[in-house]
Amino acid sequence: MIKRGSLRRITTGALMIVLTTLAIALSGCSSDKTAGDDSSKITIGIPQDIDGLDPHYATGAGTKEVLFNLFEGLVKPDENGNLNPAVASEYTISEDNKVYTFTLRDGITFHDGSAVTVEDIKYSIDRNAGTDGSEPLISSFSNIDSVNIVDDKHVEVVLKEGDSDFLTQLTVAILPASNATPETTPIGTGPYKYVSSSPQENFIMTRYDEYWGDKAFIKDVTFKIEANSDAVVMDLNGGSIDMYARITSTQVSQLNENFEVYEGTMNLVQALYLNNAEKPFDDVRVRQALCYAINPQEIMDYVSDGAGTEIGSAMFPSFTKYFLPELNDTYNTDYDKAKELLAEAGYPDGFTFTITVPSNYTQHVDTAQVLAEELKNIGVTAEIQEIEWNSWISDVYSDRKYQSTVVGVDASTLAASSLLARYVSDAGRNFTNFNSAAYDEAYANAQATSDDNAKTEYYKECEKILSEEAASVYIQDLPEFVALNKKYTGYVFYPLYVQDISKLKLATE
Amino acid sequence: MSKARTELKRNIKENPYLLAGLIITGLILLMTIVGIFWTPYEPTAMNSAEKLKGVSFRHLMGTDNMGRDIFSRVMYGSRITLLIAIGTVAIGAGVGTIIGALTGYFGGMLDEVMMRIIDALFAFPSILLALVIVSVFGTGWIQLLISLGIAFVPSFARIVRGEVLRCKNMDYVENARLQGVSDFRMIFVHIVPNIKGVLASSIMIGFNNAVLAEAGLSYLGVGSQPPYASLGKMLSDAQQYMFTMPTYVLFPGAIIVLMVLGFAFLGEGISRWK
Repeated sequence: MIKRGSLRRITTGALMIVLTTLAIALSGCSSDKTAGDDSSKITIGIPQDIDGLDPHYATGAGTKEVLFNLFEGLVKPDENGNLNPAVASEYTISEDNKVYTFTLRDGITFHDGSAVTVEDIKYSIDRNAGTDGSEPLISSFSNIDSVNIVDDKHVEVVLKEGDSDFLTQLTVAILPASNATPETTPIGTGPYKYVSSSPQENFIMTRYDEYWGDKAFIKDVTFKIEANSDAVVMDLNGGSIDMYARITSTQVSQLNENFEVYEGTMNLVQALYLNNAEKPFDDVRVRQALCYAINPQEIMDYVSDGAGTEIGSAMFPSFTKYFLPELNDTYNTDYDKAKELLAEAGYPDGFTFTITVPSNYTQHVDTAQVLAEELKNIGVTAEIQEIEWNSWISDVYSDRKYQSTVVGVDASTLAASSLLARYVSDAGRNFTNFNSAAYDEAYANAQATSDDNAKTEYYKECEKILSEEAASVYIQDLPEFVALNKKYTGYVFYPLYVQDISKLKLATE
Repeated sequence: MSKARTELKRNIKENPYLLAGLIITGLILLMTIVGIFWTPYEPTAMNSAEKLKGVSFRHLMGTDNMGRDIFSRVMYGSRITLLIAIGTVAIGAGVGTIIGALTGYFGGMLDEVMMRIIDALFAFPSILLALVIVSVFGTGWIQLLISLGIAFVPSFARIVRGEVLRCKNMDYVENARLQGVSDFRMIFVHIVPNIKGVLASSIMIGFNNAVLAEAGLSYLGVGSQPPYASLGKMLSDAQQYMFTMPTYVLFPGAIIVLMVLGFAFLGEGISRWK
């Protein structure tokens, strides 16, 4: 037994020596080469598995942010919130916002080398619109009347009803019609092309050298699935991953000096969402009282060491065009005013209600705990009920059986309507049961007009109504911290939930 | 009375396990009971100026990430943990003893059916079983208590059944039977008191398992709801601060260890009772 143990020790020791020598030799090797050559690579940690390789069917936000590098639509969002032509080189929109005409970009090719054709565009849009009679994959695509091929350079999308926001939906991926198995062999037009993926392990892609636009800097990219969030800091410090998006402020404090931490925002509207149809929140005075009692800055101090951006309505600051910073001051902390409003509403001694929080989101659970403490100041007791994410989706979001919840709502496209549409009284996604005739009117006006300035004004009016009516207690846009090894640079934040790897480059370049 | 007292004194003197168990368990109980009436701070009161502070005179066990006093939260948390452990063992031992005694005594069809059901329950790991029950009835410490209780029934039923089987053909039972004692009286007056030694130590072991199971399940987030926390929940909350503020994870962990150790000593002491 003893002999065996010592033998193993010797073997291990020998192996260590060999490995160390090898490592030194190899590292010497790589430092000889200049940066930006074809051996550049990066490993990026991601929190969840890729749930599908077909971009039209992928649902997880964590999947979409990866697939963003592989696929492009007719137009593509950029970091400033603009929509730039991608597969289409230019587009025109008719006066009535009904006919969108796109010109195919010259010489653009798919990852398999074949040229993109107008048939591919029609195929990709039809596939999402459910023209074969199936349910549309994207609900707003039900508004598409037809997709017509004008000639071999032009395609027009004809809508049933005019919609000036429709362009934001056309970021949907263009796929080759000839690809019968998009689920296993994804082919797109993006700056990176697919190499391989293993479930629960990784997703590998490599630079597409024939890309039409600015080519990516780093050649080989591996997304490593970090199933255990506790291992993230260790993996970063140990060097097995070079980048991780969305780490917590606690994790930031544990990183070693090899990392640059980029601070942005998550582009979420975090709020204490109140079920407006449920007592006591059917009374606007009660909702306003809660707004007066809650101090978003204090919540940020506790939950994320003060990082985060206060919001006063259902809009986050990245949408600079629509964001109204003055709404942060509609309700400044004022306990007397809050108590007064409660007394008026018939609750002079406060009341007790339940906050249902998805248990997998620590930041929301922590926020709920601070909220509960703050509400004690006006005699209101908040009981916290943790709930598993799938139950949250079914009970709270779909069935609307809840009193209040803390959660973050994101925008699926670059249109303000993606955040504001859910407050229309009869909207299917109106999980807070908000009901205001003035709001419905302002929103309808915004949808009806094609003048961009007027539209923006109407949307701003919508935000003001949400704030004044205290539809919910709006708290903050959560801070996002991205850890990137100092070997690399160039990380950019998007106003959408994506990771653009093509902008990353080696620091020495 | 005085006989019992001298017996206790003698046992404590000769039996270090019992002494150690009584002291540790006594201290934990004292802390918990004091916590019902008084804690240094409100267990949920936050203080942004004192987040993640180490041990000091103001905060004997430091503070957590919200600036809450860990000592106060441990006092509160051990109450939840103890309540769940006691409740779990009460349900498990109570129901388990009844099922075990009846099936062991009567045997036959009833025994066959009940034991197969118990086998089926055994086939699940008890934590998994409790998770299933919690997912059906919702989260919260009462649900956790009931589901853990059910999960603990099989092991008690098995032990009691085995003991009853062993005892039921003994001379004193035959004797009682000849005197015409009813079945019910036979089981609960004649047999069960004779297996109390085995039962007592399995209750102590069960107690430990319940504390650990509660910690495990709360760690998975199905137990007590925030802002209140059982010890297991505190451990789970503390894990991300393990390196930045070790006291946050150490103190709740230490209390769990002491609790389990105390009950283990007590069980060992009782089984060596002379």
